Parts: sequence; C-alpha cells; structure tokens
Amino acid sequence: MRIELNGARVETGAITLAELVAERGFPETAVATALDGAFVPRGARADTALAEGARVEVLTPMQGG
Amino acid sequence: MFYGTELTSRLMLGTAQYPSPQVLRDAIAASGAEVITVSLRREGREGGAFREILKDSGCRLLPNTAGCHSAREAVTTAQMARELFGTDWIKLEVIGHADTLQPDPFALVEAAHILCAEGFEVFPYTTEDLILGEKLIEAGCRVLMPWGAPIGSGQGLSNRSGLARMRAHFPDVPLVIDAGIGAPSQAAEAMEMGFDAVLLNTAVASARNPVAMARAFGQAVEAGLAAHEAGLMPRRDMARASTPVFGMAELAG
Repeated sequence: MRIELNGARVETGAITLAELVAERGFPETAVATALDGAFVPRGARADTALAEGARVEVLTPMQGG
Repeated sequence: MFYGTELTSRLMLGTAQYPSPQVLRDAIAASGAEVITVSLRREGREGGAFREILKDSGCRLLPNTAGCHSAREAVTTAQMARELFGTDWIKLEVIGHADTLQPDPFALVEAAHILCAEGFEVFPYTTEDLILGEKLIEAGCRVLMPWGAPIGSGQGLSNRSGLARMRAHFPDVPLVIDAGIGAPSQAAEAMEMGFDAVLLNTAVASARNPVAMARAFGQAVEAGLAAHEAGLMPRRDMARASTPVFGMAELAG
C-alpha cells in the first residue's frame, strides 16, 4: 500500500505502524510516532493499523532553541 | 522553583545552530547551564550522535514545540517529546506570525489547557501581556516565559517597562526571559530586574567563539542574579556627591 512517511510517498508491505518502523530500520525506542496528526505511543504501534494514504511521522531528538 | 526543581545556574541554553557537535558540547559545559532545550524533527542520520551529547551533558532537557502554528500540532509534538525525552517539561511555542515569530496567544492558551490537564509541566513562550499571563496560569502553567524581543533578533529587552510591569504583576511566578537576548549585558539586565532565568540560543551559537560567549553569558546571568539579590540602588535624576562634604578644606580665594 502507498502511504506518506515523513512527507515522502512510499510503498510499504507493513500492515501496522510497528511493522513500518521495523521495515524502515528506525531505532524503535529512539523515535516517536504520529499517525494522521495524532500521537501514537510506542506501546500502541503494534495495534495501530495503517490505511492507504496514511500520513506517518517518525521523529527523533534534534537540536532546538 | 521551576515545577519543584531548583536550579543553581539560571541560564537555559538552546542547542541549535552551533558550528559543530563538539562546539555545542563545549558551549554547554562552559555556560554552566543545567537546562538545555531540544527539539523533534524527522529521523535523520545524525540522531545518534546528538543523543550522546544530550546524555553526556548531564543537563535537564526542555523539549520545545518550535515551528508549530496550531494548538493541535503543538499538543501532538509535546506528546511525542514526552515519550522520547522522558520528561513532563515542555517549552510550549505556538507561533502566530512568520516574521516576528510572535506567539499566537489564543492557540497558546488552548494548547496549555490541554497539556496541563495531561500532566505536562508547561513553560509557555509568551509575550509580556498580563492578561495572557493570567490565562496561562489559569490553564495550569506555573512558569511563564515572556519574550525579550523577537526570536533571533538580539535586541534584548525591547519593552523594558512592560516586562517590569509583568515582573511586578506576577511576584510569585517564576518568569524566564526567552528569546531576543543578544548580549550578556542584556541577560544581566533581565536578572537585575528580578527575572528568574534567561533562555537563549542564537547569541551563543552564532558568536565568533561560541564557547567563550557561553561562558560570558553564564557569568552575566550569575552577576545579574547576585545584583538583584544584593538590592540595586534607586535611580535619581540629579547628581548626589558620594564623597562627604564634612571636613573639606577651604581653599577658594
């Protein structure tokens, strides 16, 4: 299915958010996730199904002021 | 003091825009800051190295919601930051204007309500507006962070009298001057006025020598706090001789 990951259109075989994080090689405990603008806690990723066109954000610590 | 946390150093330092990770590391150490601000961005390749710097600094982290323009974006960012950084502290920024980076006061209060109800300890980036400050406190904020001047402008305390009124109006609320500080003298001035801390980033990161500037800011903030505690003399319009007149010789012809 096609989804939007961090602003880029990608084709994924992942069914859940947890699978997507694993498939893309993100460090599981060092990222935070959101689906369609809403926060998805780490523990809920495995139960969060992805749908066609889903907008996923995977964020990491970055420099900030 | 800041949600139950006492800080020895009253300088809070941003971590963005440094010429290199090593300079960032050294600047944090030289500043003496115990609180550093951090952000969340899309996963890149250099994330691991930055996490190391944060850990090694020993500082308490204050994640921000920089770049958010709506309450919803800010709330989601705060929730993600809490999980990632393991802290309830959040520097709440909801930007209302692209040129001034002025906070959107209405969205700010809305987001503060939601986050305080969810147990966050919110540090709202706000203006010197007293009513807005009241609304933020009603929402559950126990710290306020008024701007000195627009972010990154280096103008210092551009509305000094407004900030002085704010200090007088909220005598028991920790107030942090956040943004607009360009020189150590301006940071010292804020502390002399009785503000509880100063948060800055660009003035250090874009100095010719960021590490030396970080140290200068640490010293200025310390001096300003000491001066405030020592009690400044009142200003006068006219001169008053400091050397006593008593015992002066009559030498005039």
